[in-house]
Amino acid sequence: MSNSTETESLPGQRLRERFPLLALLIERMLLSVLLLFAVSVLIFGGVEALPGDFASTYLGQSATPQAVANIRAELGLDRPLVTRYFEWLGGAVQGDFGTSWASRNSVSEQVGNRLGNSLFLAGFAAVIAVPLAVGLGMLSVHFRDRLPDKIINVISLAAISLPEFFIGYLLILYFAVNFGIATFPATVFEGMGLLERIKAIALPTATLVLVVLAHMMRMTRAAILSVMSSAYMETAELKGLSAWRAIVKHAAPNALAPIINVVALNLAYLVVGVVVVEVVFVYPGMGQYMVDAVTVRDMPVVQACGLIFAAVYIFLNMLADILAIVANPRLRHPR
Amino acid sequence: MRLRDISITAWIGMIGIALALICAVFAPLIAPYGETEVVGGVWQEADAQFFFGLDNLGRDILSRLIYGARTTLFVALAATVISFSLGILLSFIAAVSGGVIDTVFSRFNDLMMSIPTLIFALVVLAVLPQHLVVLILVMAILDSTRVYRLGRAVALDVAVMEFVEAARLRGEGTTWIIFREILPNTLSPLLAEFGLRFAFSILFLSTLSFLGLGIQPPTADWGGMVKENKDGIIFGISAALVPGSAIAALAVCVNLVVDWLLKRTSSLKGGRGDA
Amino acid sequence: MPETSSNLLTVRNLKIEATSYPPGEPPKRITIVDGVSFDLQKGRVLGLIGESGAGKSTIGLSALAYGRGGAEITGGEVILNGTNILALGKGGIRKVRGARVCYVAQSAAAAFNPAHRLGDQVIEASVKHGLMTKEEARKRALYLFRVLGLPNPETFGDRFPHQVSGGQLQRAMTAMALCPNPELIVFDEPTTALDVTTQIDVLAAIKHAIEETDTAALYITHDLAVVAQISDDIMVLRHGRTVEYGSVKQIIEAPTQDYTRALVNVRQTARQEASDQSKPLLKVDNVSAQYSNGFKVLHGVSLHLCKGQTLAIVGESGSGKSTLARVVTGLLPPSEGRITFDGKPLTPALKNRPREDLRRIQLIYQMADTAMNPRQTVRDIIGRPLAFYDGLRGAAKTARVKELLDQIEMGNGFIDRYPAELSGGQKQRVAIARALAARPELILCDEPTSALDPLVAEGILKLLMKLQEEQQLSYVFITHDIAIVRAIADSVAVMHRGRLVRFGPKSQALSPPFDDYTDLLLKSVPEMEIGWLERVLNTRRMESAGN
Repeated sequence: MSNSTETESLPGQRLRERFPLLALLIERMLLSVLLLFAVSVLIFGGVEALPGDFASTYLGQSATPQAVANIRAELGLDRPLVTRYFEWLGGAVQGDFGTSWASRNSVSEQVGNRLGNSLFLAGFAAVIAVPLAVGLGMLSVHFRDRLPDKIINVISLAAISLPEFFIGYLLILYFAVNFGIATFPATVFEGMGLLERIKAIALPTATLVLVVLAHMMRMTRAAILSVMSSAYMETAELKGLSAWRAIVKHAAPNALAPIINVVALNLAYLVVGVVVVEVVFVYPGMGQYMVDAVTVRDMPVVQACGLIFAAVYIFLNMLADILAIVANPRLRHPR
Repeated sequence: MRLRDISITAWIGMIGIALALICAVFAPLIAPYGETEVVGGVWQEADAQFFFGLDNLGRDILSRLIYGARTTLFVALAATVISFSLGILLSFIAAVSGGVIDTVFSRFNDLMMSIPTLIFALVVLAVLPQHLVVLILVMAILDSTRVYRLGRAVALDVAVMEFVEAARLRGEGTTWIIFREILPNTLSPLLAEFGLRFAFSILFLSTLSFLGLGIQPPTADWGGMVKENKDGIIFGISAALVPGSAIAALAVCVNLVVDWLLKRTSSLKGGRGDA
Repeated sequence: MPETSSNLLTVRNLKIEATSYPPGEPPKRITIVDGVSFDLQKGRVLGLIGESGAGKSTIGLSALAYGRGGAEITGGEVILNGTNILALGKGGIRKVRGARVCYVAQSAAAAFNPAHRLGDQVIEASVKHGLMTKEEARKRALYLFRVLGLPNPETFGDRFPHQVSGGQLQRAMTAMALCPNPELIVFDEPTTALDVTTQIDVLAAIKHAIEETDTAALYITHDLAVVAQISDDIMVLRHGRTVEYGSVKQIIEAPTQDYTRALVNVRQTARQEASDQSKPLLKVDNVSAQYSNGFKVLHGVSLHLCKGQTLAIVGESGSGKSTLARVVTGLLPPSEGRITFDGKPLTPALKNRPREDLRRIQLIYQMADTAMNPRQTVRDIIGRPLAFYDGLRGAAKTARVKELLDQIEMGNGFIDRYPAELSGGQKQRVAIARALAARPELILCDEPTSALDPLVAEGILKLLMKLQEEQQLSYVFITHDIAIVRAIADSVAVMHRGRLVRFGPKSQALSPPFDDYTDLLLKSVPEMEIGWLERVLNTRRMESAGN
């Protein structure tokens, strides 16, 4: 069915026509890069635009005009805004985030160590949570509106209402203190073996998993239910296909895209959950680093952490978008 | 809608919320002791006189809990009301006006949403002075992005219906169309979303306070109380779990009511994406 | 009555019920189908006809022992070749579905799985039921694609549902139903959603396929003209009960029941056309329009309408007829040309028009459900234009609302009802009253009866004609139904792909010589005559043989 329409020729029109899928993917990636740039401006510029001069706050009582001017000169705060932004950005792209105001150490060095720790914790939690969530979601659809579904519904409702720190301390109280089978605080250091590491982060992982599991499971259930009520599922039943075949062959391929979306969104949520969990378990990761910096208003650290967290978040959202596009048969096989 | 149509779980939720409201409003009359009054030893055990025991400074936990309800509810409600009004107003204007206004609003909203709320809050609170109004405004503005997204989706759903076009053809202005044509048809999902945002605000506020960036001591606040008493955990003292449970209980109650509301709505827009 | 021996399908006293949950009231049990019985022999087609809510789809699905949306079969028997399929267990009925009885849905687009290729879906049931191997099934599918007239049958199976058109999907669904060599196929309104010119092709294909394979079929539709072409016997249903049951010849030519007679005689009326006047009320001059992405949707359309007359604009989907209405109302300003109303040019864009101009031109929509705010009562809906244009309030407004209700033949009791409490026909009448409240001179009717049952639609058309006579209203009536055009129009415009193909007084426009498109269009409309389809197909065969 060719419907020749007259559209303005946009850049890359040829590319768009011949490889629509590829064009869409490239578009998403470019958009994410653009977004990251905008976010960096927002983080850097926004912070500057807000009231609350660091120097005065830092000095507090002893904020004489001379002391303030000295501090500002020392920290380079007296140079023009735009210059500082590009310096910062240039450094960030190369991995250099400047010097911490509080500790006078290199920010990048700390980030290097801690980012790995945070990603390890979040990754481990994800690996456990995702299959569990999808599995439970499918289970609750299979037993729809019957007892197992109702039980799962109530438990997950409770789980999404509990703050992460509450779950964390609850676990610590019972498993670490009372039963003594887990370690607290969750200290990890260089040269630790993998198994030892996993033992150390058992509790923080459990906390993260519990929080994210509930969200993901409910959304998976909703996505699958929506697919199950489609007309083509009725066709499958009217063709006399077994329930198993209907679910695996007809429901699953169409539920893939929304489930992937759900998982990716929750992984992004995991990134945020890590912050609180690290503080609760005193785990040497990016989250703890950022919170400490915010408390003492150590701006380079705050900006660096903010940017990195945002980058991971944007990346995960972009991944979700791309996977959803790839999983959509209409886009994989265009007219 | 009759009383019989309300399910048991929704009743439980509403009772819980009512209880918290009563504590909040009548705190000075109900609480046995003062908010900052020291009445005994550090982490004294719970007994008949002190229902939950004493906290890390020897203050009555029950009383602080009751006063904390006041702070938590007030701040969370204020933030939700502001974020909701802002989000709905902007999203409806965008949905009805379309074109450039819609594109600009929505792109800016997407930008704000691409930074996770907690991180954004941390960055902003690192710079701003510690003040209750500041806290409320920060929470409100950040949360309004979620409300915007839902509001726009819901408004667009209704805006493409022909009766909206019929009103436009009549010559009705934008104000009439928003308030008399679209809004009455979006009440159910919006109400559910208000509940979700309120639950989220409670959790978010307590998280901020727990991290030391929310309500400042000595004002009683549930999240702050957890922070103050957390060091006792390692010694087996569960004082920190009492305010934690209160937060959880209130959030559960709100979610129960919202769940019931969502079941009654035909459109499933506005799920639980509160990242 | 047809013979009762050697029946393929015997249905006796079928009873189907469901539970309805009206808001604010306790749930109650309603009967959808009440004591329906019929027989069907091998190789014969039974047409089930009735208006919406008559229960015909529900009966069709009962042949597969399936109840859609909470419907339960609570009584009676459905005997397929000696076995009562209602008594079979889950496993037993699964063996019947997709193998011995197959179903063709109304919307093939939704019924196919977007994630799999068409060929795989067409052969799936045949292979899974163990009726044939994959190879055999593919061969059979290829044969069926040919029989059904699908383009490029060899590669058709490799395509995905979203890559082919609606008409092709409907035929693919028929192929899917024929593939396992079933004893019975249930066709559930298979051509309702298609354009008239596509419909005739699909109808011919189905008829041919049924004849070739000697399958028995239940053909469900609300269009008597269509069912007359394809069935051997007809059963007329109303409110879940049988009204009349007999051979197609008897039903069409000598109906015994009043209801059947009403269905057969629908739109037999023709209107005396009025003559052209010198100064037209609405003049469209060489109007072109395009969407914001540059797609040109109207190409130089010129027509006019005289006061007190009806201009019917007829065309299929994508012809631009609805777009023309949007241009006249100002929702889509023309890119070229202009529109004159009552001698003065109309401001192109809606937002620049003065209120008086807006008042004089009103629009009635196809779907009355979405054309009215569900949260407003009839009083608010009809009353708003009164308040907005004429500043009426309070008692004066209520009095005028009551007057208007009277004009649309509805009583005062409706004044405080909500749209959800009204039937389809009543909703459309309220929409008409809303338009009348503005005291317009021109009413644009965008397919106002297409979504209604034939008898209800008839009532609306009669009402519109009555109002036109009483109030000297002028109508631009957009439709795809030629029968309506014959019944109510004074002048006719035929549109195709955004261009005006034909325009003139009705008698001229609907008489030969025709341009190609109008010719095709007029020939594709099913007539309420037995054997019409054969004649058309024969003519086509002769024409293509002669070329």
